[in-house]
Amino acid sequence: MMTDNSPPLHKIDVKQFHPRARAAIHNPQIRQNFRKAMDGLMSKRTAAFEGMDLETLRDLGSNIRMRALANLPDLLEQLEQKLTENGIKVHWALDADEACKIVRDICVARDAKSVIKGKSMVSEEMELNHYLQERGIEALESDLGEYIVQLADETPSHIIMPAIHKNTGEISQLLHDKTGTDLSSDVNYLTASARLQLREKFRNADVGVSGVNFAVAETGTLCLVENEGNGRMTTTVPPCHIAVTGIEKVVPNLEDITGLLALLTRSATGQHITTYFNMISGPRKADELDGPEEVHVVLVDNGRSSIYQDDQLLDTLKCIRCGACMNHCPVYTRVGGHAYGTTYPGPIGKILMPHLIGLDEGQHLPSASSLCGACGEVCPVKIPIPDLLVRLRQESVDGDKLHPAKVRGHGSKRNSVEAMIWKGWGWMHAKPGLYRLGTGIAAKFRNLQPGRLGGWTQYRTAPKLAPKTLHQRMKERQQ
Amino acid sequence: MSDPIKVYPSKPKKVYFYGTCLIDLFYPDAGMAGIQLLEREGIEVLFPEDQTCCGQPAFTSGYHDDARAVARSQLDLFPEDWPIVVPSGSCGGMMRKHYPDLFKGTPDDVRAAEIAGRVWELTDFLLNACHIKLTDLGDPATVAMHTSCSARREMGVGTVGPALLGQLDNVELVEQVRAEECCGFGGTFAVRHPEISGAMVSEKVATLVESGARNFVTTDCGCLMNIDGYAEKNRQPMKGQHILSFLWQRTNPKSEEAHDD
Amino acid sequence: MSSRNAILQRLRHRSGGELTAPACDFSVLKRPDWSTAEKVDLFQRMIESVHGEVHRTTDADWVDRVAELLKTRGAGNLLISKASSIGQTLRKEAGTREDLPDLLVYDEAIEHWQPELFNTVDAGITSTRGGIAETGSLILWPSADEPRLMSLVPPIHIAVLYASELYGTFHEAMLAQRWHEKMPTNALLVSGPSKTADIEQTLAYGVHGPKELIVLIIE
Repeated sequence: MMTDNSPPLHKIDVKQFHPRARAAIHNPQIRQNFRKAMDGLMSKRTAAFEGMDLETLRDLGSNIRMRALANLPDLLEQLEQKLTENGIKVHWALDADEACKIVRDICVARDAKSVIKGKSMVSEEMELNHYLQERGIEALESDLGEYIVQLADETPSHIIMPAIHKNTGEISQLLHDKTGTDLSSDVNYLTASARLQLREKFRNADVGVSGVNFAVAETGTLCLVENEGNGRMTTTVPPCHIAVTGIEKVVPNLEDITGLLALLTRSATGQHITTYFNMISGPRKADELDGPEEVHVVLVDNGRSSIYQDDQLLDTLKCIRCGACMNHCPVYTRVGGHAYGTTYPGPIGKILMPHLIGLDEGQHLPSASSLCGACGEVCPVKIPIPDLLVRLRQESVDGDKLHPAKVRGHGSKRNSVEAMIWKGWGWMHAKPGLYRLGTGIAAKFRNLQPGRLGGWTQYRTAPKLAPKTLHQRMKERQQ
Repeated sequence: MSDPIKVYPSKPKKVYFYGTCLIDLFYPDAGMAGIQLLEREGIEVLFPEDQTCCGQPAFTSGYHDDARAVARSQLDLFPEDWPIVVPSGSCGGMMRKHYPDLFKGTPDDVRAAEIAGRVWELTDFLLNACHIKLTDLGDPATVAMHTSCSARREMGVGTVGPALLGQLDNVELVEQVRAEECCGFGGTFAVRHPEISGAMVSEKVATLVESGARNFVTTDCGCLMNIDGYAEKNRQPMKGQHILSFLWQRTNPKSEEAHDD
Repeated sequence: MSSRNAILQRLRHRSGGELTAPACDFSVLKRPDWSTAEKVDLFQRMIESVHGEVHRTTDADWVDRVAELLKTRGAGNLLISKASSIGQTLRKEAGTREDLPDLLVYDEAIEHWQPELFNTVDAGITSTRGGIAETGSLILWPSADEPRLMSLVPPIHIAVLYASELYGTFHEAMLAQRWHEKMPTNALLVSGPSKTADIEQTLAYGVHGPKELIVLIIE
């Protein structure tokens, strides 16, 4: 059985995108799994939005996110104030490393040896599990998909469905090898085994770490969506709860949640709502009988404030992490999530990761797209993903003197040969007489056209030059 | 993102015809067909001699200085207030959607935006501005429509091709599964990421063949050479044509000459 | 400079200049003014489609329903709250009838009895603060009297919903109940039994939360 054994994130060379993509394309299991999964998610999303005014709803989503971003610093201060009033401790981290350190310090202060985790993409970004494990603190994933991926010592291949690249058979084998579960093709049996194993962990964990889907400044509330119940377990059972979130996740008003929730779950999995929508506004009160005695929030920057500087790139921060973009992406469907080698794969990965790891590291990401626009069409908050990809391509090659590039690692993809080719191309096409001369000659000598054109003719015959250009025929017509 | 509400001009006396570089070099018959279709509607077609390329290849590659230099030379071609018709969703999209941004903050700011507002994809223009009525003179045929991503999403003309083909009584239009999925051309994407592009076009050809058609039509030459080229190399029973060539041949009794489209 | 101040400063002095906040029009979320009967029907349809179980009952009959449901499932006990009317009614009834299982009252901090809660409790019953018809959701506001784990740990969760407290949409409910004025430690929307599709997108129920969600709608 062919499997996709990816090394942990910190060992992946993001630049090796091409060989990973190639391997994935020639892996029938990956092709099959992803095709089937993406087709299912796409049709579920379409069905969920039926009968709704989707375009107006997307406008609302975009406006809610933009309104929040327009006032981001003030909102973060208000959020901090409200959270603090509610008894939640607020921490700020400039980068992933600092965020990890904050979590570790809280654990150490509580003499915590085990952490149970709810699903959190930011914690993946931080590589938190690895950081804690290296320092003697066990960090166990409780979301079934994340649990599976962790047992396999892999990273998630999709931001919503982490184990989407695995078959039932593979999962059964994995659970058998790592936890002693009997081999079975019965999904209910496998799920029940995981439930038992994880229940022990919830009960005994010292700290629960979760992500945050939305943070409400007005009321100091952290909102979480989930289907399994592990999020509620993680944020209720252990005596200490630490929530990690990107700084862009804050919204001003509780009312904003209603619009975003309506878009998030339908866009992600085609559900009208997830099983649980959990809103946390404080630690256990004096008269309450359960819940954590301590709740912390870590506000993580990690490159987001850089994205924030630019009017066009700012749209990247509207993202509500639904995954619809990758569900609809023809590239993602063919290479799967691991090929990207980054925390966030797919279209959102391609526009976000260059800011987190630099355009030098992520140099293949912006170009790995045909700009088909399927992603932008389904994005619930109307992020113009294709436009941002083109902008990052320009940044990669320092291609616009009128708009000097700013993103870290810009210009790293510029090479003098290609730059010269475009210069030559531009020179010829900006001089109509020269263009007509050149193309006329090409038509005349079309039989000398090379039959092999690199990547093109690997899969296709070469296009055939016409005996006369349209220009020439129009000229003749006028005579 | 496509215009939510398009306000079509009424049928004009003249239009500027912007052929596109791919049609110029590889599919001039499609260009001629488009011109003839317009002339048959009683419209005088102006063909600016100095047209070269809209600049898209450099633009999507990130070389915006070079794209702008080429595009600026093209801004001079449309001095009068006639609509500009383009036989391509992709080049039409470049001009209509991206010219305003490309020239923002430059002295050509206003001019570029004004020109962009006059750009129409040609089949869209024929259907919705000229209200063309087609009479099918051809033998029964089955065909699939490949709507390019830019035609669908940038120019918002996903329903136009099927509507025009629907006017042809002897043509049966079949639909391939996952019709909205990209064929994998993406301009330089096809050469920068050949395996991914290859995987995409391979599936596109397979779904087209599965639809029962042996021919397809499209507004975009990039898609055309991509899908056609794959089918030819891999001996798949699928052959494509620019939709303008197809429409002209079906409705013009005199078009029997060999064509390259 | 602290990280906090460094971050806030970067955000405040962005090179792009000031940003304008667009207006947000929530009217797109509005649904028709459904009658109570329509809302109950819709709620039932939605929650049943995700394996929630619904029983329509009355103030007079709901205890009978609870007894029947738990008997068919062989539940040996039922976790109730101390002070709520549900808990009080059940305790009173338990004195005069044989068909209710043992009633356990959640009146101690979880630290004192966590293993028992996890290992021996078969079912829990809670009130709700109404529900949402459009998505088939229950509104739960756990409290000192009805702690959070009541509706999470036992494999069966019975929820009591008054039909008169069904709203059309989340937006409607949130504004009508004026949530923004004061949020509890934990507020929840519960829309079915726990589930996952992480194994080859095949649905499986009862992952970490309750395997069964039973809603008693009191009309």
